[in-house]
Amino acid sequence: MDFDLNEEQRLLKESIDGLLTDSYDFESRKKYMKEKGGWSRTVWGKLAEQGLLGLPFAEADGGFGGGGVETMIVMEALGKALVLEPYLATVVIGGGFLRHAGSDAQKAAHVPGIVDGSKTLAFAQLEKNSRYDLFDVTTTAKKKGDGWVIDGEKFVVLNGENADTLIVTARTKGERRDKSGIGVFLVPADAKGVARKSYPTQDGLHAADITFTGVEVGADAALGNPDDSLALIERVVDEARIALCAEAVGLMDESLKSTVEYIKTRKQFGVAIGSFQSLQHRASDMFVAAEQARSMSMFATMAADFEDAKERSNAVAAAKVQIGKSLKFVGQQAIQLHGGIGMTMEAKIGHYFKRLTMIENSFGDTDYHQRRVADGGGLI
Amino acid sequence: MDLAFTKEEQAFREEVRSFFRDNVPPDTRRKLVEGRHLSKDEMVTWWRILNKKGWGVSHWPKQYGGTGWTSVQHYIFNEELQSYPAPQPLAFGVSMVGPVIYTFGNEEQKKQYLPRIANVDDWWCQGFSEPGSGSDLASLKTKAERKGDKWIINGQKTWTTLAQHADMIFCLCRTDATAKKQMGISFIVFSMKSKGVTVRPIQTIDGGVEVNEVFFDDVEVPYENLIGEENKGWDYAKFLLGNERTGIARVGVSKERLRRIRDLASKVESGGKPIIQDVAFRDKLAACEIELKALELTQLRVVADEGKHGKGKPNPASSVLKIKGSEIQQTTTELLMEVIGPFAAPYDVHGDDGSNEAMDWTAQIAPSYFNNRKVSIYGGSNEIQRNIIAKAVLGL
Repeated sequence: MDFDLNEEQRLLKESIDGLLTDSYDFESRKKYMKEKGGWSRTVWGKLAEQGLLGLPFAEADGGFGGGGVETMIVMEALGKALVLEPYLATVVIGGGFLRHAGSDAQKAAHVPGIVDGSKTLAFAQLEKNSRYDLFDVTTTAKKKGDGWVIDGEKFVVLNGENADTLIVTARTKGERRDKSGIGVFLVPADAKGVARKSYPTQDGLHAADITFTGVEVGADAALGNPDDSLALIERVVDEARIALCAEAVGLMDESLKSTVEYIKTRKQFGVAIGSFQSLQHRASDMFVAAEQARSMSMFATMAADFEDAKERSNAVAAAKVQIGKSLKFVGQQAIQLHGGIGMTMEAKIGHYFKRLTMIENSFGDTDYHQRRVADGGGLI
Repeated sequence: MDLAFTKEEQAFREEVRSFFRDNVPPDTRRKLVEGRHLSKDEMVTWWRILNKKGWGVSHWPKQYGGTGWTSVQHYIFNEELQSYPAPQPLAFGVSMVGPVIYTFGNEEQKKQYLPRIANVDDWWCQGFSEPGSGSDLASLKTKAERKGDKWIINGQKTWTTLAQHADMIFCLCRTDATAKKQMGISFIVFSMKSKGVTVRPIQTIDGGVEVNEVFFDDVEVPYENLIGEENKGWDYAKFLLGNERTGIARVGVSKERLRRIRDLASKVESGGKPIIQDVAFRDKLAACEIELKALELTQLRVVADEGKHGKGKPNPASSVLKIKGSEIQQTTTELLMEVIGPFAAPYDVHGDDGSNEAMDWTAQIAPSYFNNRKVSIYGGSNEIQRNIIAKAVLGL
């Protein structure tokens, strides 16, 4: 049992923290937001240069063979700096599908572009009424010759506006909520019949609603078994949830840190407001919430390697619950303790709060995952 | 990072578990499961079994009878002990005064007291809190005056747990009234059988008598019963309170209780079906289990950190353990109240002799709920814990 980072992992942490300290202060972030698509190609290029975009891929595929802990380190750092670039969509989710189900040809076609930073991906999964159920899919993929024809609508696709390739869940068989008959397809974003409506999200990222109308793709578009890929989707989405937990831990760390700094310096009634016990206790409770979240983020990271899929998903669900509760408390109280300034777009704390809030509603909120744990027979 | 225990650690867990299975008296276990109080005899019997095995004072240095276990082994031992469940060693002797004596006492005192603590030949109690000194412990007033080769002790202690069983007390006494409040305190031990010691039981809201008031009226104590140096008692008290950092989370206790809740909730009906099938109840149970899982991981982080870097510098996460551990213990007793519903009301009509097994489990649920309100108050109230985090961790 060990919760420390090894030497290589420590170096990784130092290197990404260093990169982001140099290039990602709050003022730079505002500039990046105004670039095309809402994030910086320069920063993305630096992440590629440091090997971070190839981190989780096998060395044979041109990556660096990193595991869950390495991703946790990166996501925590990205959270801490409130990074806009599409690491989750491209490397964690897109990369996850390619790693777990990509054929050699599919990997050869997509991994090098991810690793060198020239291509980004997006995961087109959410539908109008699917909410958090991954098996609730109405988009269809119908066989045509060797290939497929995809029809349907997907919503709030993160990085959907910029992605070169979309990873689309679509039903090849069965009814709307059947657990079998779901496939995963690689679709070029510029394919005929793909229409993207882009918009910024509440946390300053960018997403798109995407319509697929008779989009034709080849036989090589299917990732894994086109008739039975729910387990694959669940696995990759679990990895996305784990990554979001780590990102949230980074966001909470920074939120707590800047809140403590603020109440140490802000004076009212002639003293620093941090000298008031009610505020001290609130800050202590934020610390407790953040530490509990960190514990569960570590747990989920290590649970990713559990052999038993049910045990894994139970652990990840539990982590998402703890993170959801902690982030809500830490985020809300960070605003409260900052007072009026916390309400403004000028102060960075509000932006942390907004990103934290969006994480709660990504890939299952607290109630959704708590119910999963409850229905699965608990944790003890 | 790695969650797994080593093969040796897993084998150790098996060894500990099978020892408990073979050696904890069944009636003792049953009473703990039902949340009942144990008699003095039942507790001492078990502690002597444990001591004979060499595990009575497991965390003491080897030369005084400790085991030399790693911090992970201690963790495993405690978890198995709490979740079997078996009675935990008497903290006042084993975790509190024992370490103070082997760290600050002289050779004579070590020889005299330590083996008797290990075998519970002496039952120790703690003389810290006073009616006017709760969270502000350093304001204590009990006075020890030196007269020749004796101390004359006058004053009152309170919340003295199980003083009715005690042979010995370790006591914080004011020995210099002129010094700043933390500076004039000494750590003195003496017999509860001394002339002038009076114990008055305090009945708590669960109906039990765990705590007492203890009065000292010109109690004469030999001068050599001073531990360490005169007026350094506050340092020893801080050492003592900082000694048990991870046990306080009582993860094993809560785990055992959650297993029990799950078991009872599959038997007790609500709306014509077991209450475990009630969605609202099950969500609450899951919420508590998730909180406990997070706490267990936090505790493991502290344990792993101590194993690697020694106990010198407390891990900031350790301050989380008391707050969350007590909250979760309280939640588990609330969930039990919810399971039992209207049958929470009857006072212990069936007695604790195990003769009416079908209904026995209901008797202690409300008392246990009432009793567990204490866990966020004792050992430094949760508000004091928040003060500690604010100052020591956040620098406020």
